[in-house]
Amino acid sequence: MAGPALIPAGDFRTSYAADATIFPTTTSRNFAIAGVALLCLAPQFFSGYWLSILIQIGIFSIAALGLNILVGFTGQISIGHAAFFLLGAFTSAYISNNAPIPVFFAIPLAGIVTALVGLIFGIPAARLKGLYLVIATLAAQYILLDFFSRAEWFSGGSVPASAEPFSIFGYTLRGDRQYFYVVLAYVLASYILVTNLMRTRDGRALVAIRDHYLSAEIMGINLTKYRTLSFGLAAFFAGIAGALYAHYQLVVSQEGFGIERSILFLAMIIIGGTGSVMGTLMGTAFVVLLPESMEFISLYLKGGAIDKALSLNTNITFLREIAIGVIIIAFLMFEPDGLAHRWRQIKAYWKLYPFSH
Amino acid sequence: MATSLEVRGVSLRFGGVRALTDVSFAIREGELFSIIGPNGAGKTSIVNCISGRYKPTEGQLFYQGRDITGLTPNARASLGIGRTFQNLALFHHMSVLDNIMVGRHHLLKNNFLTGSLYWLTGARKEELEHRRKVEEIIDFLDLQSVRKATAGTLSYGLRKRVELARAMALEPRLILLDEPMAGMNFEEKEDMARYIVDLNEEFGMTVVMIEHDMGVVMDISHRVMVLDFGKKIAEGDPGTVLADPHVRRAYLGEEDEVLVDPDDASPAQESAA
Repeated sequence: MAGPALIPAGDFRTSYAADATIFPTTTSRNFAIAGVALLCLAPQFFSGYWLSILIQIGIFSIAALGLNILVGFTGQISIGHAAFFLLGAFTSAYISNNAPIPVFFAIPLAGIVTALVGLIFGIPAARLKGLYLVIATLAAQYILLDFFSRAEWFSGGSVPASAEPFSIFGYTLRGDRQYFYVVLAYVLASYILVTNLMRTRDGRALVAIRDHYLSAEIMGINLTKYRTLSFGLAAFFAGIAGALYAHYQLVVSQEGFGIERSILFLAMIIIGGTGSVMGTLMGTAFVVLLPESMEFISLYLKGGAIDKALSLNTNITFLREIAIGVIIIAFLMFEPDGLAHRWRQIKAYWKLYPFSH
Repeated sequence: MATSLEVRGVSLRFGGVRALTDVSFAIREGELFSIIGPNGAGKTSIVNCISGRYKPTEGQLFYQGRDITGLTPNARASLGIGRTFQNLALFHHMSVLDNIMVGRHHLLKNNFLTGSLYWLTGARKEELEHRRKVEEIIDFLDLQSVRKATAGTLSYGLRKRVELARAMALEPRLILLDEPMAGMNFEEKEDMARYIVDLNEEFGMTVVMIEHDMGVVMDISHRVMVLDFGKKIAEGDPGTVLADPHVRRAYLGEEDEVLVDPDDASPAQESAA
């Protein structure tokens, strides 16, 4: 949400209700609605490849949003987020395979189960700070991953678990084109819910704990309760995202959801902007698009001197990882508030263009 | 008058350091009570014991007749005990408005579920109602021009005022002010003193204030308590406390008493010459 510096001159609010809207001006609201409407048309115009990228951005942005509640708003840290993502995926697959519950209900149910598990891990984690908390969440990651590889009844063990396609009241959605709308609906709902959360009592309590936990406690905020709650909320969104991912891929496997995926989730919110709802979406898009754009660059450089020196074709996987690392460091050093902050600066600059000074 | 807060035999030790030793006093409902004393006397420690940040090693605290010794700070806030901090403790990245709204935490009812559903659950209505209350406080403390500013960007004097606003938003019956005027210039002190008197008289809050500015303390307090090395050395109305020989010794020191005593100023000057 925009700060006071971005409210155009002449935009006067005459009621508290007008001062409490999500979008600072009607123009910005209309732009957002138009953006969503354009996205609704995306399956008509985009190829399967780009559509799959959009779906990935959507799914991961929900998980990253959960992590941002924990890290950006509450000031805790977690490097076990991927495990909760995976837990949501396995849970939803398990529920829809073994119980007469359609996938439509299995996804939110998986979110709730993951949230409960997150709360359990949150109870000790809420009492820890700094480095100790990092280690505790690392433990959560490994405990859950170990559980998945041992509990064959639940996760299929070494064989990936299969998940059913998304279905609602007997009607089954097949293919990216239809699944895109499911993801879009979930992204919209998640972002609206979290925006609302952050402008009401409990959201403010979380930010208060981040900024000054001692005075937050004096203001009547129960620190342990809210820290635990933020773990639960983070796990909830990770679970929802994982469930969406399971029914998108139709198989769930542990591969690719180790600690490096947890770090990638952290990268999304650092690049997007910790403590910014919209920044999360930008950061996720950035991190998902980065390897893709590197692919294009390497294709463009094919046969040139750089290609020969680095042998891009064979090394592209490693170069991608390096690029992510370099970009995290660069953002931490030069843009610690992330893309969200840059976006605000750009808006502020263009607001009075060409009379910006 | 009914007793608002009673401190009964409170001692506080950190290892070998005795921060407070057997301190007892009672604050009446509607009183403006000041705690003074030299640096390190234990003034902030006693306020921390009342607000719940420290748990006394010995002794008990009663608020409105109820034993609050074992309660957490957040539970005490819900009972109506608010406070400000000596070193600023605002939520630096939140707007002034949000800072003050945090103060209303225990008065708001919507939780994370109903809050997320905002329009459907009455959370919006509740927010707007409380916004009105917050605006009254903003109006009282003259913070209109900075209500949307980020708290961390404000000047020192304004931050002190925002902190007072946040404590007021709790709607406390008992408000603890830890050096509300430290580091302020004369005009700001004057304003702050006026606000404190208004808190007491207009809003009917019982005020406990720690302050080093003797002029203000003696002017506005109903009663004053003096601490020195963690012990209570005097208590009473400002005039009595000022005349107390123990207080003079604590503030001025024993050996140099003659040199700086205002009543005996001239012989001291003569002897120096």
